[in-house]
Amino acid sequence: MTTAVTGHELADALRERFGEAVVDSTDGAVWIAPAAIAGVCAFLREDEAHDYALLSSLTAVDYVEYFEVVYRLTSLSRNAMTVLKVRVPGRDGPSLPTVTPVWRGAELQEREVWDLMGVSFDGHPNLKRLLTWEGFEGHPLRRDYLEPPLPYTWPHGG
Amino acid sequence: MTLRTEPVVVSIGPHHPSTHGVFRMRLTFDGENIIDAEPVIGYLHRGTEKLAEERQYTQVITLTDRLDYVSSMTSNQAFVLSCEKLIGLEVPDRGMYLRVIASELQRIVSHLIGVGFFLQELGGFGGTALMYAFRERERILDLFEMLCGARITVSYSRIGGVFADAPADFWPALRRVLDDMPGYTDELEALVFESEIVQSRTKGVSPIDPVLAVNASLTGPVLRASGVAWDWRKAAPYDVYDRVDFDVPVGANGDNYDRFWVRIQEVRQSLRIVEQCIEQIEPGPVRATDAMLFRPPPGDSYVPTESPKGELGFYLVSDGSIAPYRCHVRAPSFINLSLFKEMLVGWKLADAIVSLGSLDFNMGEVDR
Repeated sequence: MTTAVTGHELADALRERFGEAVVDSTDGAVWIAPAAIAGVCAFLREDEAHDYALLSSLTAVDYVEYFEVVYRLTSLSRNAMTVLKVRVPGRDGPSLPTVTPVWRGAELQEREVWDLMGVSFDGHPNLKRLLTWEGFEGHPLRRDYLEPPLPYTWPHGG
Repeated sequence: MTLRTEPVVVSIGPHHPSTHGVFRMRLTFDGENIIDAEPVIGYLHRGTEKLAEERQYTQVITLTDRLDYVSSMTSNQAFVLSCEKLIGLEVPDRGMYLRVIASELQRIVSHLIGVGFFLQELGGFGGTALMYAFRERERILDLFEMLCGARITVSYSRIGGVFADAPADFWPALRRVLDDMPGYTDELEALVFESEIVQSRTKGVSPIDPVLAVNASLTGPVLRASGVAWDWRKAAPYDVYDRVDFDVPVGANGDNYDRFWVRIQEVRQSLRIVEQCIEQIEPGPVRATDAMLFRPPPGDSYVPTESPKGELGFYLVSDGSIAPYRCHVRAPSFINLSLFKEMLVGWKLADAIVSLGSLDFNMGEVDR
């Protein structure tokens, strides 16, 4: 059975190396400062005691005051899973460093987060619209997104 | 004398029969060789995650049917598992067994379609293998119809169990399918893998290195074909997967051949699992009775499951209301596209079509 590494355990392991960058921890997750996320991820992938080779998923949640980017890491060798979270404040152009150099699998997922949530990733090789189209305005998964009115009235227009 | 050549950009899709739905490839050719490749997706984006935020948890189950529409049972199961984890709900044994039987049958359907289209994409063969695969698929869809009245959009798994107990005539019908399936599988395997043309066209084509595969978050048969024995049914058994015995087939080279070979072997393992479930299943309730009004406490949950395409999980964030605050789909079809460029560059167009098919993605799940 996959071990769920609790946030407290992981926070203790990370504090001696990253100190203040470890913001907070609960049973479910550990919160990392935005600027340090790429370094923490690289460490967790490369360090043999952790060996999180697989980035299971990367997504974001809009809590209105801030965005929370959620990294779910899996270690195949240890059969363990853990969760990193990053709080990114601000509605206008929130951003944090990319983890694409650490995991190739982050590339499409970060593009998706940028497209739908409007959180941008600094250093991403190809950060452009993914599910919506070029020229789409706004980021539809934000809580305050409103669909623009149709440019015609149904059923007469078209 | 050498002729000066210029790269040519060719857009294939979104309405091309070989691209498995509304998928577009932007390929750059030098002569016949691909020198750059980019997937262009989003043509089937329906905003499933946004829709889920405006619906009750129970209503979201019908949305999950429409994600991977050749594998609805496993999508339903992944979603309800995540819901059940939010409130720590215990599911009756019979409900879990029925879910696993349905999911494994669905895995067979999904892999049959994957392998069936494989020969189609190699060109020629007149769709024979595809029609063989669809014949078996049809019989399993008939079983689903007996279980829940629907064939594709099943909504069979519900929070706390399944929609209803299987009718009495389901079991003999399932028995007949299980008796016939090994023969069908042998037939399909012989048709596909004993063909010299298939072997010469697919062996060694578009190999994926295991380290790179893990790094690119590939999961499911695509990862296992590269030799990484990682299966969420083994790693973190959900429902009753810890009570059944099955093997995890792995490939050796991670090429197109292995990716299809692994799927055929998984069909056999799924049959094994269903057989064991039939032996173990006992009469009893199929659904926890306290699950009718679902209002979980604030919190989040994620349960990784092994769908036919790979790791499928729903990240649910609850704010204590009747609708999820956030419902993110970790869609294996979508993330398996991460190595699209590496797989295609250096090969020819005819190989690209097969490599694309070997990822066996489903556009409903890619675009969500």
